Amino acid sequence: MLAKRIIPCLDCDFGVPGGRVVKGIEFKQIKSAGIPWDLAAEYDEQGADELVFLDITASHERRDTMAHVIAKTATNVFMPLTVGGGIHSIEDARRAFNAGADKVSVNTAALKNPELVNDIARRFGSQACMVAIDAKRRYVRSEDAARELIETKEGKCWFECSFYGGRKFTGVDAIKWAMEIEERGAGEIMLTSMDRDGTKDGFDLELTSAICDRVNIPVIASGGCGLPEHIKDVFKFTDASAALAASIFHYKEYTIGEVKQYLKDNGIHVRL
Amino acid sequence: MIAIIDYGMGNLFSIYNGLKRVYDRPMVITADNITDMRAAEGVIVPGVGAFDDCIRNLEPFSEALFAVVESGVPVLGICIGMQVLFDASEEGNEKGLGLIPGEVVRLSANVRVPHMGWNNLHLQRHSKLLDGITDADYFYFVHSYYCVPRDDDATVATVEYGVELAAVVNKENVYGVQFHPEKSSKKGLHVLSDFVSVCKH
Repeated sequence: MLAKRIIPCLDCDFGVPGGRVVKGIEFKQIKSAGIPWDLAAEYDEQGADELVFLDITASHERRDTMAHVIAKTATNVFMPLTVGGGIHSIEDARRAFNAGADKVSVNTAALKNPELVNDIARRFGSQACMVAIDAKRRYVRSEDAARELIETKEGKCWFECSFYGGRKFTGVDAIKWAMEIEERGAGEIMLTSMDRDGTKDGFDLELTSAICDRVNIPVIASGGCGLPEHIKDVFKFTDASAALAASIFHYKEYTIGEVKQYLKDNGIHVRL
Repeated sequence: MIAIIDYGMGNLFSIYNGLKRVYDRPMVITADNITDMRAAEGVIVPGVGAFDDCIRNLEPFSEALFAVVESGVPVLGICIGMQVLFDASEEGNEKGLGLIPGEVVRLSANVRVPHMGWNNLHLQRHSKLLDGITDADYFYFVHSYYCVPRDDDATVATVEYGVELAAVVNKENVYGVQFHPEKSSKKGLHVLSDFVSVCKH
């Protein structure tokens, strides 16, 4: 039986030599959490199912550092590796794959040029083409035919896609966008709730369900994980294929093994 | 020497690194050194991508590959590299290599596609390729099509995803795994190590 995946996310600053893993709070403040390949090896030992390296560097010198970090990780760690954050073109994608990445994740570049999704899927396969969606709730008072409205505990809302690492908004409906990128050949969606990211209040279950119900590709839930219970809930109440978390693992609040054991004890199918 | 065929379908970094962990003489075979394949004690056909692209890119290697199979040297196809061992695929129009009789078909519409993630095997018969592997072991799968061998005996292990599908196949010295051993952590390296044992036997 297919196991639910637990994916630690390494938010990487490649602006320093060798790179460093950091954790931001609501896409803003930043703290250091370790050296990328050291953390990767540790997570492998703990039983992580995949790793996502998210490039949050602002500078342009990052590309070689990213390639170096992925190549060094891939020599020791034998599990799927995803690179996201700095992929703006087919060339960026190729560089990541050549360094040893299995998938690339695109957000900003795809929203600006949706054809990029088709290009990556065509050249490297759908399995290698992940689209990251950073979605924020927009509550509405009245009906709006142009939006996919979702009933939540807090009221009726639609979800707006953000790009540039959460700094700008697009006006694009996240649910419609998810359906579009599936059509374009994306093989997986990494769905981050901007309302929950960094809060440790748990995943946005309504957002996750809304997207899972409308696409047939795997969805990775992200944003807001602070407790093993949050991961249990996202698997119990939505059809997410995987859960992504950063801080609860980086700061050694829980090991991946502990989280998986807890999930197993609660009837969630995981690889232990 | 165990040869890894580089026919331009995805980078070979992971499979080379994985094999290197359990074997000291992996060699990448490109269009420039195809004749070196004759000296191989085993051959790996990796692969990521679409069926027709794979078949077309394999074309320059196929004569050497058939010779290797004929001589009894073990061959291991991984993922799409397993699928091309069959006769044909719903994904494309090209003819497969026909080394294992059967077809490749699309996953059913009632499961999320691709089948992506860690899944456990259901062993169907003994094979040296899975020496030390049990039904409790998980491997990393990512595929949208799956192999249907014509002879049941070709199926060494299955995996459940909507249907019970072939995860590991074997006919004489030809082996195929639908999962990625090079992405399946310790158990994956174990299978690669088993393949090395098969080659040395």
